[in-house]
Amino acid sequence: MAEIEIKGVGKTFRAFTALHSIDLTINDQEFVVLLGASGCGKTTLLRIIAGLEVPTTGEVWIGGRRVDRLPPRARGISMVFQNYAVFPHLTVFENIAFGLRMQRLPKPEVVRRVTRTAELMHIEQLLKRYSGQLSGGQRQRVAVARALAMEPDVILMDEPLSNLDALLRLEMRAELKGVLAASKTTTIYVTHDQVEAMSLADRIAVMHGGDIVQADRPVEVYRNPAARFVGSFIGNPPMNFLPARALGEGRWQVAGHDFVGPRSAAPQIEFAIRPEDLHPAEHGLVAEVRVVEPLGPHTLVTATVAGVMLRAVLESTLVVAPGDHLSLAPVADRIRWFDPETQKAIT
Amino acid sequence: MSKTTVHHAGNRLFLAAVVLACVWVLVPIYLLLINALSAPAEVTGFPKWFWPSFDLASIRFFLGFKGVTAALWSSVQVAVLTMVMAIGTGAPAGYALARFDFPGKQVFRFLVVMTRAFPLPLLALPLAVLFIRVGLDDTVLGLALVHTTLALPFAVLITYSLFSGIPYELEEAALTLGCNRVQAFFKVVMPLAAPGIAASAVFAFVVSWNEVFAAAVLTIEHRTLTAFLLQSLDVSPLPLKFAGGAALVVPALVFIFAVRKYLFAMWGIANR
Repeated sequence: MAEIEIKGVGKTFRAFTALHSIDLTINDQEFVVLLGASGCGKTTLLRIIAGLEVPTTGEVWIGGRRVDRLPPRARGISMVFQNYAVFPHLTVFENIAFGLRMQRLPKPEVVRRVTRTAELMHIEQLLKRYSGQLSGGQRQRVAVARALAMEPDVILMDEPLSNLDALLRLEMRAELKGVLAASKTTTIYVTHDQVEAMSLADRIAVMHGGDIVQADRPVEVYRNPAARFVGSFIGNPPMNFLPARALGEGRWQVAGHDFVGPRSAAPQIEFAIRPEDLHPAEHGLVAEVRVVEPLGPHTLVTATVAGVMLRAVLESTLVVAPGDHLSLAPVADRIRWFDPETQKAIT
Repeated sequence: MSKTTVHHAGNRLFLAAVVLACVWVLVPIYLLLINALSAPAEVTGFPKWFWPSFDLASIRFFLGFKGVTAALWSSVQVAVLTMVMAIGTGAPAGYALARFDFPGKQVFRFLVVMTRAFPLPLLALPLAVLFIRVGLDDTVLGLALVHTTLALPFAVLITYSLFSGIPYELEEAALTLGCNRVQAFFKVVMPLAAPGIAASAVFAFVVSWNEVFAAAVLTIEHRTLTAFLLQSLDVSPLPLKFAGGAALVVPALVFIFAVRKYLFAMWGIANR
């Protein structure tokens, strides 16, 4: 049982505040992805949980034990690093056995666990090799095997796939998901890759500027962004935003059209729609097409609506050229609204 | 067309410079070795052969010369002690520079190099006085202390670049796998740094082995080989000079050659 509780964790490096005050509870066996652009504090948070960084404020609890002043070795965690950190002076076998030997496990147990995790990660034929004789993907497997062999309560992963090439990344992603689900450990996984986050996570914690902006199931984060940043960061292409002028009584004017929206006192808010939720229709937003990119399954159209850039993912059968005018209607129940002041969603 | 001509001319100039540099370094060593390995009569004789006769009479005479073995032993003792002290203090400093951000880090790095900016005579004479006062004069330890200050900047710089080259992530991985800081250092950093540390130790050894000024000023009875030769060579026959020179140069050359990769690393030149 390893539930993780992060209570008011903040971190300041000299004059720079990397984390403001993070609160996050991660359930036992849950797979949580910390997602954000570089510099958002996600790696700092992971390192604080690992014990490689000391928080300036707040507490970290793992499995009902307060750990924020304990060294990494006393926390029941293991970690997979971005550059794998496979020890170059040891064989693959000794790498995987490293933590087990530190725990002074009996030899047969060490051999048993190394063999089992090596088989799990399909590297049993590499056990005698050194890291210099391995490819990037193989090193990655060794790093994961080394972490798994510890049978930790919590596995922490810091952008583990970012150094692999695209094809390998896809393969490892699926494999990691399977292996980690089977291992029944709690996993915290840091990435800046939204596709990775969506595909792996039970829950995504989107981070921005040292805060968690939203922590929810992937579909929820995608469909109902809690903040403008989440909508603009997640989704490729990202969410479209158009200014909406108040007409009163919860009615808003967007690019010359009336929409029913939230009852807000603000004179102007933002209208948001995902590119795939726009469809050609008779009465829609008038868009002047700028760029047309046929992507196979669909066509990506970049257009301007009332001077604001907007992207739409349309049927690939649609015949359209730059300079054309399209009438695009948003799917009504997919429209979201944001307050430009607070950047938060208005419901 | 003209571009290739210029290119060729540049190549030739480069080649010439390389040859000149090699000749500059190699000819004296060659002459030294040839004469050291020739019979005493051949050294003063003329014409000379380009190939030594491998007559060991000069060397044998040199080794039998009164005081040489004692001086050789002093040299080894001082050099070993210098090596131990320079690495013992230099490696931790290099590690600190490589791993930690601390206030005054830049100043510290500068000061480490600064110690080489003082001419040795400036240091050696006050030190001699001081050593006499505290009773360190004419001791192996006293001289080793001076040599340590000379070797220390190199020890710090080499180990600094060495430790910088070992990713901190490896140590962190060890920390998450059950090590404390000390264990992480000895189980992960040390095995990776060992060859480089050995190299910088050898370099400290050579610095001490070759140093003559402080040795000459600070020792009387326990002269090192350099100081001993400096004192007695003017008045000794030519073959002895060559043999003594060779005895000094050859170990230093061999050592430096063995650790060249790490010395290049110190200057930031990749050599693979």
